Amino acid sequence: MAQTVFEPWNDPDAKPIIQFKNVTKRFGDFTAIDDLTIDIYEREFFALLGPSGCGKTTMMRMLAGFETPTDGTILLQGKDIAPISPNKRAVNMMFQSYALFPHLSVWENIAFGLKRDKMAKDQIAARVDEMLRLTRLEKFARRKPHQISGGQRQRVALARSLAKAPKLLLLDEPLGALDKKLRQDTQFELMDIQEKTGTTFVIVTHDQEEAMTVASRVAVMDHGKIIQVATPAEIYETPNSTYVADFIGDVNLIEGRAEQDGDKVRVAWAEGQPAIVGTTTRQFDKGQTCHFAIRPEKVAITATKPENIANAVKGKIHDIAYLGNISTYHVALPNGHMIKAQAANNRRLSRRSFTWEDDVWLSWTDTAGVLLER
Amino acid sequence: MRKLTWFNVTSLTLGFAFLYLPMVILVIYSFNASKLVTVWAGFSTKWYAELFQNQAFLDAAWVTLRVAVVSSTFATILGTMAAYVMVRAGRFYGRTLFSGMIYAPLVMPEVITGLSLLLLFIGIGLDRGILTIVLAHTTFSMCYVSVVVSSRLVSFDQSLEEAALDLGCSPWQAFRLVTLPIIAPAVISGWLLAFTLSLDDLVIASFTSGPSATTLPMKIWSSVRLGVNPQINALSTIMIAIVTVGVITASLISKRASVRALEDEQAAART
Ligand SMILES: Nc1ncnc2c1ncn2[C@@H]1O[C@H](COP(=O)(O)OP(=O)(O)O)[C@@H](O)[C@H]1O
Ligand SMILES: [Mg+2]
Repeated sequence: MAQTVFEPWNDPDAKPIIQFKNVTKRFGDFTAIDDLTIDIYEREFFALLGPSGCGKTTMMRMLAGFETPTDGTILLQGKDIAPISPNKRAVNMMFQSYALFPHLSVWENIAFGLKRDKMAKDQIAARVDEMLRLTRLEKFARRKPHQISGGQRQRVALARSLAKAPKLLLLDEPLGALDKKLRQDTQFELMDIQEKTGTTFVIVTHDQEEAMTVASRVAVMDHGKIIQVATPAEIYETPNSTYVADFIGDVNLIEGRAEQDGDKVRVAWAEGQPAIVGTTTRQFDKGQTCHFAIRPEKVAITATKPENIANAVKGKIHDIAYLGNISTYHVALPNGHMIKAQAANNRRLSRRSFTWEDDVWLSWTDTAGVLLER
Repeated sequence: MRKLTWFNVTSLTLGFAFLYLPMVILVIYSFNASKLVTVWAGFSTKWYAELFQNQAFLDAAWVTLRVAVVSSTFATILGTMAAYVMVRAGRFYGRTLFSGMIYAPLVMPEVITGLSLLLLFIGIGLDRGILTIVLAHTTFSMCYVSVVVSSRLVSFDQSLEEAALDLGCSPWQAFRLVTLPIIAPAVISGWLLAFTLSLDDLVIASFTSGPSATTLPMKIWSSVRLGVNPQINALSTIMIAIVTVGVITASLISKRASVRALEDEQAAART
């Protein structure tokens, strides 16, 4: 079956729904957003990912209209939104704290925005019921926010912000308050709702797994700057910097000096160890400092030295983290350097091949890792 | 429960006796059958009956009631607005001065407030009467309202207002539909406080009233100077009752309802 891939960011004709153009936001002399430029496309599920305090909420608040950029412009469907007050924007926000109105019932909370639009009574009722069905809250319509559970409250907040059918929905750490199981269910629910309604979602999260699960593209932020924007797979497989590689998932980072030969690079990284061989599309000067990044699951662990493989080093198992389906082995090399390798536990624990203090070989191909300049 | 020591019991008794004995005596003597204030001659409610026949007192009561209702309403509106600006507007030029000036009348001697208002009314040629008392009471009671309301607003989650704006409210609608209903208990107790303050004010009313308007406290004060009369005791007892009910209601409303509203709000914010 031929399926068109959803990749508007690769289509030169696609018109972005949101454009940040050199946006800077300063609070006093503190720069929260630093000369940021980004396009977000219609129907995208766009995730902003970054550590606490990196400016994610500030970006959302500028889109919703609660903060104005110090410099630069934000365009919504090609129009500068600076002069439009928050109540006139076709943008709705789901607040980090949910911000449900405590004096109104679930039904009235969802109807609140519709009533402001002077919609006819029966239309409001129909729309609210539709939202209640979508978020599976029919039974709680008459309850007050303090009479329902955290997960239900989160769904009320979602229903309320979706009710007005905004062009753009902003979700600020929507699942922060939920426990892991409920959170995973809700992530799929969110994706489902996003697909059904065709709304563009921008979600803020500091949970990388969540971003990887829901998003069409992920922007990794640090100190008010976007470090990399790409699909979850690209972010994971080809991070553009050690910051991104380290932020998303687990990674081994090895610093060394590069020596390039075509698309192959040899990285001299420690006395008495063979140089690491990797592949790259970039250009490294001879002797330039570079970082070799490789995911633990791409490092094979064997008892004997494997044949015909680009990279193999010997070490001793220092620690084993048993995670049920997989185990992470921390292997110490003779020079003290620690490398993590992951292997699936496809045998029972009692029949595990390796244990503490075993001598093992770690190996990986020349295309398993990436070479980064910084 | 800790047991009270005899020392605690004694100090408690003495303290409360000091505070309430005069009032208790007044209430008891309002039911005295004798015309002599110092001689007990059996229980009677005749002074209450006589009181309700006394046109001068009834007129004064009517003036007082009107002044109290109107001035406490204005004070509530102005005091709430002032509190809102102080809590919400963030830092603006002259904010400290503004908030200091709102709270200053709390500690200003009433004589000075009264005198300055009197000078103002004379200066602008305003005839003294009900209107001037209303203005004066509004002025001095609005700071009490703003203290009560701003203490509630400080704990109010501002993202609720932002959510209202986000859903299409104008700032005024956001205030009317979200903020006001949630802070209503504080506003009501502010109103009750202003009402009772106006009801028993003597000093400021004396400065700012004219011959056409005499409030109840003024009437009581002037008749007591001609000798204490059991009717006054009866009247004072009624006023004590009204003020007590007012103050207790105000504190109950603000305590209970704001505790509950806060719980709701926090529960709504997080599990
Ligand atoms: N109104 C404000 N005044 C001053 N500093 C602020 C304000 N809002 C946010 N900041 C600062 O901006 C930075 C980014 O905040 P925020 O966008 O909330 O981060 P997060 O990525 O955790 O959501 C933080 O360091 C925060 O202290
Ligand atoms: Mg945040």
